[in-house]
Amino acid sequence: MVVAMSLTPQASPPAEPHGFDLVHRLRLGRGLSHAPGWSLTAGLVLAVIGLPVLAVLYLAATATQNDWPHLLSSVLPVALRETLLLGIGASLVALVAGTGAAWLVTMYRFPGRSVLDRLLVLPLAIPTYIAAYCYSELLDYAGPVQTGLRHLFGWQTAGDYWFPSVRSLGGAAFIMAAVLYPYVYLAARASFVLQSVCALEVARTLGRTSMGAFWSVALPLARPALAAGVALVAMETMNDLGAVQHLGVETLSASIYATWLQRSNLGGAAQIATVALGLIVLLLAVERIARGGAKVHHTTGRYRAIPFQDIEGWRGYAAAIICALPFVAGFVVPFLLLVKLAATHASAALEGGFLKAAWNSLMLAALAAGFAVALGLLLSYAPRAARTGFTRAAAHFSGFGYALPGAVLAIGVLIPLAALDNSIDALARDLLGVSTGLILSGSVAALVYAYIIRFLAVARGGIEAELERISPNLDAAARALGASAASALWRVHLPLLIPALGAAGLLVFVDALKELPATLLLRPFDFETLATHVYAFAAVEQIESGALGALTIVVAGLVPLIVLHNAIAGGRAGSSGS
Amino acid sequence: MSMHTLAPTGALIGTLTGAMRALVVPLAATVALSAFGAVAARADGEVNVYSFREPYLIDPILKTFTDETGIKVNVVYSKDGLIERMVAEGRNSPADLLLTQESGLLIQAKAAGVTQPLQSKVIDAAIDASLRDPEGHWFALTRRARVVYASKDRVKQDTITYEELADPKWKGKICIRSGQHTYNIALIASMIAHHGEAETETWLTGLRDNLARKPAGGDREGVRDVQAGLCDLAIGNTYYMAAMLKNPEQKPWADAVKMLFPNAADRGTHVNISGAALAAHAPHRDNAVKLIEFLASPEAQEIYADSNGEYPVIAAAHASDLVKSWGELKADPLPLSEIAGLRKKASELVDKVRFDAGPNS
Repeated sequence: MVVAMSLTPQASPPAEPHGFDLVHRLRLGRGLSHAPGWSLTAGLVLAVIGLPVLAVLYLAATATQNDWPHLLSSVLPVALRETLLLGIGASLVALVAGTGAAWLVTMYRFPGRSVLDRLLVLPLAIPTYIAAYCYSELLDYAGPVQTGLRHLFGWQTAGDYWFPSVRSLGGAAFIMAAVLYPYVYLAARASFVLQSVCALEVARTLGRTSMGAFWSVALPLARPALAAGVALVAMETMNDLGAVQHLGVETLSASIYATWLQRSNLGGAAQIATVALGLIVLLLAVERIARGGAKVHHTTGRYRAIPFQDIEGWRGYAAAIICALPFVAGFVVPFLLLVKLAATHASAALEGGFLKAAWNSLMLAALAAGFAVALGLLLSYAPRAARTGFTRAAAHFSGFGYALPGAVLAIGVLIPLAALDNSIDALARDLLGVSTGLILSGSVAALVYAYIIRFLAVARGGIEAELERISPNLDAAARALGASAASALWRVHLPLLIPALGAAGLLVFVDALKELPATLLLRPFDFETLATHVYAFAAVEQIESGALGALTIVVAGLVPLIVLHNAIAGGRAGSSGS
Repeated sequence: MSMHTLAPTGALIGTLTGAMRALVVPLAATVALSAFGAVAARADGEVNVYSFREPYLIDPILKTFTDETGIKVNVVYSKDGLIERMVAEGRNSPADLLLTQESGLLIQAKAAGVTQPLQSKVIDAAIDASLRDPEGHWFALTRRARVVYASKDRVKQDTITYEELADPKWKGKICIRSGQHTYNIALIASMIAHHGEAETETWLTGLRDNLARKPAGGDREGVRDVQAGLCDLAIGNTYYMAAMLKNPEQKPWADAVKMLFPNAADRGTHVNISGAALAAHAPHRDNAVKLIEFLASPEAQEIYADSNGEYPVIAAAHASDLVKSWGELKADPLPLSEIAGLRKKASELVDKVRFDAGPNS
């Protein structure tokens, strides 16, 4: 194979001439736009996925109790501010840590590089609520760090010294970023790895330094991937409740809960959730803008190794330390604390169907991953097959479930499923004189449904980013040779997308292992997952007894994460051969 | 993507899909089975419980019930949303019994129409009328007081009132969990009942200014912080004392504090309940009634008292030695329904004074 590759940046303003866009449309637009089947498919998927969100909107629209004077004067100003600051803070930290580490690991050779490359994805296995618990345990006034400092310096009271409170907006932003930055790292890594060596070498030839090439070529090219990764971080901070409650941050999630549970106003809670959805619409719009409409396609399937640059001496060790920091903060610290707790409290955790809970977790996560990937692929591909605004909108809106706090989403799932069950039951009673009872409500199927809605955005992001890299020329060629859109998907895109699909599935798998609030409410009788098992202890303020369960969630997430890493970094040209 | 770079990843993913395939068949079978789980749970000899109460607090009692009656107890535990689940499930709801850790949810369940009245001579004889719904929709099963844990070293006084917590002499000395937590909401609602909204707002602001740190975490962490010296007083429920004493790591926290029962000299200490309600469409109504009657029996009441450190609701049951050592409980006689009615106001006050922002707001 000839070693070469080129990129076709399209419509990246303002440099692109309009003529190009026109040619592009003439060549591809007409031929592919007539595919009502794909619009229908996308519409159906969106309808099923969107039902619970619609149920929440329905609750918001039919609320009888009006809490808005109170919400506007005393709740929303604070909640919006804290939500935005937390989202922005966590996103920025995750962006810098994830992108910086990914660039160092992709471009340079330094001590420990290949090990760090793998380790950097592991924090994703730590649930945010576990990380919050671990950090507050360590850094609170009564924790070992402050106690140690007091002994060391002879301080007597809290007034004798200053120590940053981990139970604060800043603390929460740091903790969230520490466990969520791998979303950005993975996206950045995949993007850097697949970038054209030519583009980078041209930049160098034209006199850019290696850092200059990063700022002027690599970063702009990676922008869509980074935006997708950051969007996941931001949405995760918005839907989180466990960690923010533990750390005392008053986000929209917290006010949704107070409105629902303490003021018995589910409709009002749904209205605040609608505000949260509005923020997500805004966020997705910003993401679109951040992508700048730029599309980068490979027009050839050829790669060449980007030669590593060696960083030697103290700079090499500095690079290693920089890359190690996020991993230590996001993984080593909470993991070691969990190991310590599990070692001293194992007996209690091993009782009561622990293995069954582990099996249930794995089963649910695998099912969720499979379905989320399949649906994510359909939704991402539909706009290619039927180039309509509708299919594009369907793809965007399908991710909304991710923005809702888990328990609110669960209520949204309950309502349509129970309505369906009760209709079937009423029909069966009328026609056959038998009761079918509840078929879907309170079943594993309901849980899988909720998981798919929750994590579809995670799956779709990676798949879409990868699909965008496949040149529309390939579609055109396949179609010109007589293939239908479905057949082109099966024979052309699918083989090219397999690593991306595997990566998306593994990411969903790891996320699903951690899911708690929707699982708690929707599960069948006597059904435990690892997360609910841990929560049963946390609820009675004895999370240490659930440490083994928490550790198992983490360990179960490690294997998929390492495989995931290989799927992404394996794409680096030359790394397999060198 | 070139074939030579794709090959290893492709093989890897290929192995993965193989493994996935091996998983999918049993998975599909499990889903199919559990889809009928809701139907199967209707068989006789069972009772289905939706529980807001934490599994570790009720498991021992439910096991005893099964041992004695042969009736299997199926449980869904969730920290919130179970009433909404019952509403959505309607007449086909498999739930027989709702267990809650707090009175507001019982009153809410009744208002949502998911409970039914139960006239039981056994229960009416056992549980005082102030601890059950006048129409028989719900019953208290245990009581717990919300008290002040005070440092043995640094706090000299042996009595206290809730009102006094707003006194500036405690500035920077009090630890408490989130104001929006249901236990604090009930306490603040009781303050509104006694003093009115305006006075309670002043009190709550004073309490906020006296906090040593931002309200967060749980009740036990307050006691931990008293032991560590961050605060002198922590607000918490009584049963946490029993739980901490049993935990070797937390025993030092418990040993560092004494329990002060606020307002013991006047109206009495704020008390909340855990309780049960019979589901409106209970498919195993008879078994559910048996379970409620069992939970109100001296036997179950003593398990509650012994393993959880809660106060029994029936006179015939003895509190555990530990609970007895705290002395006679003088409970605030305020009706639970009145507290429930003021919860919304209490929650709004917490927002209004920015209680959860902590002392420096």
